[in-house]
Amino acid sequence: MTIGLNDYLVLSTLLFAIGFFGVLLRKNTLVIYMCLELMLVATTLALVAFSRFNGTLDGNVFVFFILTVAAAEVAVGLAIIVALFRRRQTVQVDELNALKN
Amino acid sequence: MADILFYLFAAIALGTALLVVVSKNAVNSAMFFLLSLMGTAALFVLLDAFLLAVLLVLVYAGAVVALFLFIIMLLDMQGGERKPFKRTTMVASVIAAILLGVGVLGFIQRSQLSHAPAGSDVVAVGATLKGYAAQLFTTYLLPVQIVGFLLLIAMLGVIVLSKRFEGLEDVK
Repeated sequence: MTIGLNDYLVLSTLLFAIGFFGVLLRKNTLVIYMCLELMLVATTLALVAFSRFNGTLDGNVFVFFILTVAAAEVAVGLAIIVALFRRRQTVQVDELNALKN
Repeated sequence: MADILFYLFAAIALGTALLVVVSKNAVNSAMFFLLSLMGTAALFVLLDAFLLAVLLVLVYAGAVVALFLFIIMLLDMQGGERKPFKRTTMVASVIAAILLGVGVLGFIQRSQLSHAPAGSDVVAVGATLKGYAAQLFTTYLLPVQIVGFLLLIAMLGVIVLSKRFEGLEDVK
């Protein structure tokens, strides 16, 4: 049996679900952000697999752009987390409740 | 052979991804995230996307994980270790993740993807650099320009976010 498109998609789904699980479960903003990146990587895996098994380059070029955007996103997101920490002295989401009530 | 490698790297990627979620220390999470990215990069190599594998290692493992570790060090997490999970949060997140996974897997199973050609029947167009260059500088020329501006804007945004402005002390 050879590995086909289906196997890669199943793997990508599982990786995405694990990332989602982490986003829901963890309270530390930095770890939540890491899990978000994990979800992004899972989707790129699906795109590369589609591209490979269809014999086109478009999926790969999309992944190229996704990598660029992800790098920009991480820089801005971490800057926001640092700014938040400077103001509130915490990165735990259950202590960041200024909008509650 | 390629099958064994697929299962090996898939196991690495999934196992370390799970360890990112459950590990007690944020630094350990970042290290497992690095391993998970390595597993994914190896899978990219199995998919003949060599350029993307190298880019994933350079951009993610090189820059992003280093940035994460730097911020963890900078914020100096008090206590270090996380508190144990609440039972309700745990149960709810497990159910939600399983629902998401089962939903997408059901979608994959119901589609006609099993009739897709095998990898050996299709030319691996992503394997050569020439194809990327031709696409990026013809079909995707405008997106490339826009992404360049996006990086510039991100840089400006980070500078503005991290700068302290005199006389602009914000409301508590």
